[in-house]
Amino acid sequence: MTGTHFTKDHEYVRVDGNAGVVGVTDYAQSQLGDIVFIELPPVGKIISKGEPLATIESVKAASEVFSPVSGEVVEVNDVIDESPAVVNEDPLGAGWFVKLRLSDPDELAGLLDEAGYETHVQNL
Amino acid sequence: MRYHPLTNADRSEMRRAIGVADIAELFADMPGGVVENFDLPRGKSEIEVERHLERLAAKNLPASQAPFFVGAGAYRHHVPASVDHLIQRSEFLTSYTPYQPEISQGTLQYLFEFQTQVALLTGMEIANASMYDGSTGCAEAMLMAHRVIKRRKALLSGGLHPHYIDVARTVARLAGDDVVSLAPDVTAAEDLIARIDDSLSCVIVQTPDFFGNLRDLRAIAEACHRHGALLIAVFTEAVSLGLLTSPGAMGADIVVGEGQSIGNSLNFGGPYVGLFATRQEFLRQMPGRLCGATVDTEDRRGYVLTLSTREQHIRRDKATSNICTNSGLCALAFSIHMTLLGGTGLSRLARVNHANAVALKDMLAQVKGVDVLNNSFFNEFTLKVKGDAAALVERLAARGVLAGVPVSRLLPNAGLDDLLLIASTEMNTDEDRATLVAELKGAL
Amino acid sequence: MLDQLKKTEAPATFTGNRGLELEEPLLFDIGRDDATGVDIDEPAPFASRLGGLERKEPVALPGLSEPETMRHYVRLSRKNYSIDGGIYPLGSCTMKHNPRLNEKMARLEGFADIHPLQPQSTVQGALEVMEQLTHWLLTLTNMHALALSPKAGAHGESCGLMAIKSAIAARGEAATRKTVLVPQSAHGTNPASAALLGFELRTIPAGADGIVHAEAVEPLVGPDVAAIMLTNPNTCGLFERDIAKIAKMVRDAGGYFYCDGANFNAIAGVARPGDFGVDAMHINLHKTFSTPHGGGGPGAGPVALSARLAPFAPAPLLIRERDGLRLKEDVEGTQGFGRITAFHGQMGMFVRALAYMLAHGADGVAQASRDAVLSANYVRVKLRDMMSAPFGDRPCMHEVLFDDAWLNGSGVTTLDFAKAMIDEGYHPMTIYFPLVAHGAMLIEPTESESKASLDLFIATLRNLGERALQGDEAAFHAAPLHAPRRRLDETLAARKPVLRCTQGAA
Repeated sequence: MTGTHFTKDHEYVRVDGNAGVVGVTDYAQSQLGDIVFIELPPVGKIISKGEPLATIESVKAASEVFSPVSGEVVEVNDVIDESPAVVNEDPLGAGWFVKLRLSDPDELAGLLDEAGYETHVQNL
Repeated sequence: MRYHPLTNADRSEMRRAIGVADIAELFADMPGGVVENFDLPRGKSEIEVERHLERLAAKNLPASQAPFFVGAGAYRHHVPASVDHLIQRSEFLTSYTPYQPEISQGTLQYLFEFQTQVALLTGMEIANASMYDGSTGCAEAMLMAHRVIKRRKALLSGGLHPHYIDVARTVARLAGDDVVSLAPDVTAAEDLIARIDDSLSCVIVQTPDFFGNLRDLRAIAEACHRHGALLIAVFTEAVSLGLLTSPGAMGADIVVGEGQSIGNSLNFGGPYVGLFATRQEFLRQMPGRLCGATVDTEDRRGYVLTLSTREQHIRRDKATSNICTNSGLCALAFSIHMTLLGGTGLSRLARVNHANAVALKDMLAQVKGVDVLNNSFFNEFTLKVKGDAAALVERLAARGVLAGVPVSRLLPNAGLDDLLLIASTEMNTDEDRATLVAELKGAL
Repeated sequence: MLDQLKKTEAPATFTGNRGLELEEPLLFDIGRDDATGVDIDEPAPFASRLGGLERKEPVALPGLSEPETMRHYVRLSRKNYSIDGGIYPLGSCTMKHNPRLNEKMARLEGFADIHPLQPQSTVQGALEVMEQLTHWLLTLTNMHALALSPKAGAHGESCGLMAIKSAIAARGEAATRKTVLVPQSAHGTNPASAALLGFELRTIPAGADGIVHAEAVEPLVGPDVAAIMLTNPNTCGLFERDIAKIAKMVRDAGGYFYCDGANFNAIAGVARPGDFGVDAMHINLHKTFSTPHGGGGPGAGPVALSARLAPFAPAPLLIRERDGLRLKEDVEGTQGFGRITAFHGQMGMFVRALAYMLAHGADGVAQASRDAVLSANYVRVKLRDMMSAPFGDRPCMHEVLFDDAWLNGSGVTTLDFAKAMIDEGYHPMTIYFPLVAHGAMLIEPTESESKASLDLFIATLRNLGERALQGDEAAFHAAPLHAPRRRLDETLAARKPVLRCTQGAA
């Protein structure tokens, strides 16, 4: 399976086979404001769908990022560790958070596709 | 009443505007209604308040009225008149936490300067804007080590101040963490290094310690690091930092202590000011308030509270600690005094303190029945006396001499009843020392 | 264009100063390593006993002479807003007048120059201050015992929760009673304090009318509940009508009731928390009892305890004996949970608070509460036609809560509004707290404001509100223009933290 899938909580996972790149959407970054720090999980961490994966800090708030799918963290994005602003600038590209090895690709069926997510955001 | 500007005419007009006939209507939600009779006196005039409190103050024997050698974690030093004057300026005394930085640059700039002073004094990279006091700071340092190292057991030296041990043990027990605290270590003879292993997040050592001994932390630091633990160095006499190798230079990872000695009076135990410093890499795990530099929209240098997302008002149940206040005004007093001293002045002050303690120690050598136990000390040492030290102190107090703190006051039932802690600062004169020696001779 | 709208069109000055508005460099820019403002004679040579641990050079700290020191700090002070200078309408902070008599009394030699560990026979007056303060606070709250040692409100919360945790353990229920109930509107210290002690938090949903309803609490109460933490009046400025019912519900289920006393200024001398079933309540001496905020501290947060929690109070315990007062400094032979600070507590704040209580008397304390509630309601009725209230217009206690619904579409946020108040010479009210209101604005005038001061404050907010609704958003975004600094880049401060001066850096 390929393509980008979204959650109602504004996380995305871009899938290629059983590898997934996870991050937050443009809507999320605009709501959070200037991001100052991101706490990423360690490589090797096993995570379940819906479990907290990372924490985003803006100046006045801290928010959890919940994993859209279950799997193992195989890589974390050092760039956003150094320069959290990249998440504001390019959330779907350079501002990715982690790469997962998916343990249950069937979970993707429960997520929104791009059009579904757009509709969801419009209705907020 | 002199503190209430509203007149009865005002209140009447305001009630009318609100639409209530009686103020009691605004208290209608209270079960049981308004309580009328409290067993408390009516308000007093300023003269009467003064009289009442002066009478209570007169029942205490202040340090200025007696030769004074009391230490054990709080020390009597001279506070220059400018310090107390400046902290009473309205804009310092009656201002709030600097959450609106544009109109709080006075507070924020002095906090930035304070943080720098504390980092330099302790030999560390960063410091926070102060804790409540040394003992709560010590407990917070322990919790911070647990978060950083991800182990939940601490080892406490037997030279740590007994109150600091009690606070750390209380916090640990109630948080479900482990603490090993070694027996009181009167002569700095404990083998701390033999007890350091991979189960610990931190080792907490005080220098100068509770008994006055000076400890070299370097070997302990190495042992800690070999086992993946942090060394937390504690001090209760900030002036000692002017003369001794800094804890940072000896390899400490967190340095925490009491700042009262600089700028703040004894005040019967509070308010005091906790100093807290650590390595840059642990920044995000540091508790307490932090002040940081930045610029405004016109690119002018300014200061703001920062990294607030560690704190309770944002993280709530995931906060690094629940702390809401620092010890603002006491930190300011510390900073002003430190500015007046400068590094040179602090060194000199420390040398005077040490010289006075050495002089006293030499004089005590003539007194039969007493023995100074310390090989090294700064401005406080442990005296072994013949008989019960607490009874001796009471006897001397009745004769107008405040001779020090019997160790049994803080360590009852430890078999240390014949030990007396004697502190000697720049406030002691030759006459004070002579009096103490004479009185001890007379009593023993 | 607005950046040029500075308070004066006059050209820049050579110094960068503008009349009495002075720029002040950092101590580290103006101090010198060898300068000192304290004259200390070098001691005569002596044999030191430092065990080889003497430092090689003096600490690299700059010093200043006395006149330079005065100037540095006086100039810094003048960049601060303060209550002595103007109203601080900060909800939940109770920024009332700080009487100078309190400062004079705290500085009496007999209070300031005594050591916590000198013989207790030589400090009976100090112990009497503690005893009298205890009597005042227990009478005002109708509670049973007072733990005096907490150094701040949050410290008091920890203390109260520690007593509760110990009481539960003493009943053998430590493994089963681990949940603490907290409303959404609670101040962050409440869940933080509970979590740090290993409790699990469960949130009580906010009612549509802003208070906690017994029906909302009932499904959450069970044998796993250790405690409920409520603030009363709550953080929306409303009295928790169901408080006695909720307290009974929790206590009947074996739990304890912790009351956050931050808002005691609404009811001191008028109602007694002990009557509502409170088990533990901290009192912020720096709020209700006028001890100065000092730019962020020191505070003091003694905790009043019910009869069933009193046995677990920490050291020290103040005991009246036949021949005087004694502090028991350990918990041997008691169920006390231990010690939370060195020494005895914030004596300096006890003296100040006692001076306040003596000056006010029971009658004055009640008057203060009535005036505080009156003033808040006066502000409420004068602004309600313009500003939106999240729970509808209804009488409040000592603080009134608005949200930002009334600013919708104007392009002006709560933050912008607050910054514009600064230009008008006011410290803003509490903003973005409580979280249950969107863009919250929480106004607490206190009893220390004259009617004239309140009227001008109200008129100013009305003027600002009108301008915001008329579309003047650019001016609001640019505010403040007149403060010593414009808006500061907090993002930069958090992304690239600089927490100290480094050698050579400006």
